[in-house]
Amino acid sequence: MTALGKLFRTTTFKLTLVYLTVFALFAAFLLGYFALNTRRLITEQITDTVDAEITGLSEQYRQGGIRRLVLVIEERSRRPGSSLYLLTTFTGETLAGNVGSLAAGVLERTGWAETVYRRHEETEGAEHQALVRVFLLPGGFRLLVGRDLDERERLYDIIVSAGRWSVALVIVLGLAGGLFVTRRVLRRVDAMTETARTIMTGDLSGRLPVAGSGDEIDRLAENLNLMLERIEALMHGLKEVSDNIAHDLKTPLTRLRNRCEEALRGERSDVEYRAALEQTIEESDRLISTFNALLMIARAESGQARDNMAELDAAELARGVCELYEPLAEERGIALTVEAPAPTPLKGNRELVSQALANLVDNAIKYGGPPQPAAALADGEADKPVDQPAEPARPAAIVVRVASEGDRVLLSVADNGPGIPEADRAHAVERFVRLEQSRSMPGSGLGLSLAAAVARLHGGELILEDNQPGLKSIIALPRDGPVQMRNDAAGQNLSGPDLSRQDRS
Amino acid sequence: MAIYGQIDRQHAAGRAGDVQPERIAMRLLIIEDDRDAADYLVKALREVGHVADVAHDGEDGLALALDGDYDVLIVDRMLPKRDGLAVIGALRAKKVETPVLILSALGQVDDRIKGLRAGGDDYLPKPYSFSELLARVEVLSRRRGGRSEETVYRVGDLVLDRLSHNVTRGGSEIVLQPREFRLLEYLMKHAGQVVTRTMLLENVWDYHFDPQTNVIDVHISRLRSKIDKGYAQPLLHTVRGAGYMIRDGAR
Repeated sequence: MTALGKLFRTTTFKLTLVYLTVFALFAAFLLGYFALNTRRLITEQITDTVDAEITGLSEQYRQGGIRRLVLVIEERSRRPGSSLYLLTTFTGETLAGNVGSLAAGVLERTGWAETVYRRHEETEGAEHQALVRVFLLPGGFRLLVGRDLDERERLYDIIVSAGRWSVALVIVLGLAGGLFVTRRVLRRVDAMTETARTIMTGDLSGRLPVAGSGDEIDRLAENLNLMLERIEALMHGLKEVSDNIAHDLKTPLTRLRNRCEEALRGERSDVEYRAALEQTIEESDRLISTFNALLMIARAESGQARDNMAELDAAELARGVCELYEPLAEERGIALTVEAPAPTPLKGNRELVSQALANLVDNAIKYGGPPQPAAALADGEADKPVDQPAEPARPAAIVVRVASEGDRVLLSVADNGPGIPEADRAHAVERFVRLEQSRSMPGSGLGLSLAAAVARLHGGELILEDNQPGLKSIIALPRDGPVQMRNDAAGQNLSGPDLSRQDRS
Repeated sequence: MAIYGQIDRQHAAGRAGDVQPERIAMRLLIIEDDRDAADYLVKALREVGHVADVAHDGEDGLALALDGDYDVLIVDRMLPKRDGLAVIGALRAKKVETPVLILSALGQVDDRIKGLRAGGDDYLPKPYSFSELLARVEVLSRRRGGRSEETVYRVGDLVLDRLSHNVTRGGSEIVLQPREFRLLEYLMKHAGQVVTRTMLLENVWDYHFDPQTNVIDVHISRLRSKIDKGYAQPLLHTVRGAGYMIRDGAR
């Protein structure tokens, strides 16, 4: 597309053309109206003048008859800028007046007429326009009185030509202005298009130019820039996630492969082969459960499970989950208690909310329990000062609480274990993140991410707080389920304000 | 969904040999377009004494299922020519009530619900362990016997009354928590059959997610301490690499 073609195709230019046409038509109409009215006004004035002349002449005629009339006409004809006069006999012979020639037949009809004429003294040259009135006098005399119309025509011409010029000027200026504005808009749009192209080629750091005038294009650019920022953040997150996936799936895969290779190397007994195979299956099962958790998070985050929401009792749900984990907690020497006295209605997906809560409880049992000296020593932390004797042994306890707060339902799991350092809390919710100390524990590292994804799916959030000591994880869900429109905004703010709020606590 | 293929060393250790389930030979139909997977299943099922036919697409599968008298159908969700759910729908429309186990690569909750609504009796996401599939198929097949109609379950000297919620062993009463009762009830309903941890989680707790830690094992060991402790003959057995089974070993 040529530059000019592009220019003509723009909305701005098309709009300019429409406005131009409207204004030009308006100007033409206005001037035309003006011209016609002026002309009519002048005609009226001429008519009045002629009528006055006639009144005067008829007075003279009444007083002195035809003779006096002739004299008066002779005298008036000679005045500069005089009207037109002609007095003829019944044979058509001129008795007096300053009209030399007339269009044929004008004298034959009495009353008003527009005609062409020549004055006496002019034998050649152009004929003039005149407005005349003809009377039939007694005795067959005919009297013609009129005014030249040149002045009127000249004025009319001036107005008409002024009209033409101004319409032409409107068109020229309009076109020029339109082109100017269009080029300006087009340049900005082109700049935006250019940026968009570079972004499409993969450079997400590009931002649309903002002129700073605060106009609609600036507003659009600002909003698109916000969108780009979000996309960049998401892409960054995605990259991080895929790196993590690569790491957390490839590590066990490598282990799996190594084990198989090792089993194949050299002669081994059946028992050894069997053990190797059993380990392989075990490892692949862990891989599958990691993979399932990932899929689950992806599904929850895409909002696909939203249609499976129903009215449920959060207290009942919490009791169910705790009942499932209670023997395990007891086995580990942890007191697991539920504080969910009243039925708490909640709209949600029972399976997913249960799973999210189960993950939090599972985490609390795994990481929130009393310090395990064996694990700590085995983990190469021998160089750290052993502070176990300094810390008084406290009975490990986990409290699961269901509470209503405004129009939200809070499902919280509080332990009194080591907790998560404030700086690590936001990080802990990310997929695959297992804080350094816990790398040796079993689990996919997706528990908190899944809980956060489930909370987001329900239009809520996952909050991590300091339990002093220990960690308090809260799933805060809107009682009436997610509000579709609110969800995007909530998702955008999730990692920002909500996490900063817990920092204050 | 958890795949409990893990080896239960804790409970397997110290027991003299594996406890074998009571196995009745079954005729099965596998409708699965992946030939390798189907062949593997046929072979593995034959090893434990079951006979399986194979169809590789939905049309053939439907024809075979309508003709043959099978104990259980194993139907893949995605099939050429006719979708797995459509096959089940067609069978049910013709009043063929053979139990169906759906296999699917889509393991999500709403997909499972869709499968069960279409007329499937159980749902197993891929990849599955053979022991899980076997346990589920055998439980499905047993359903035709109609044990669920009984009001009192007996295994050896262990008696569970479903109406009065009363459990006794050798005449002395055993006090169980409601959930322990349901756990024992499910195990006894399928006495002599392997019940996997996932099956317990699904049927006793109605959860279809992976609880990350083997919470079921702890529940089982609690139950075991209530019903087996102090008795010479253990009834609740751990089946290596598969799950649990309640049976009277003396029989």
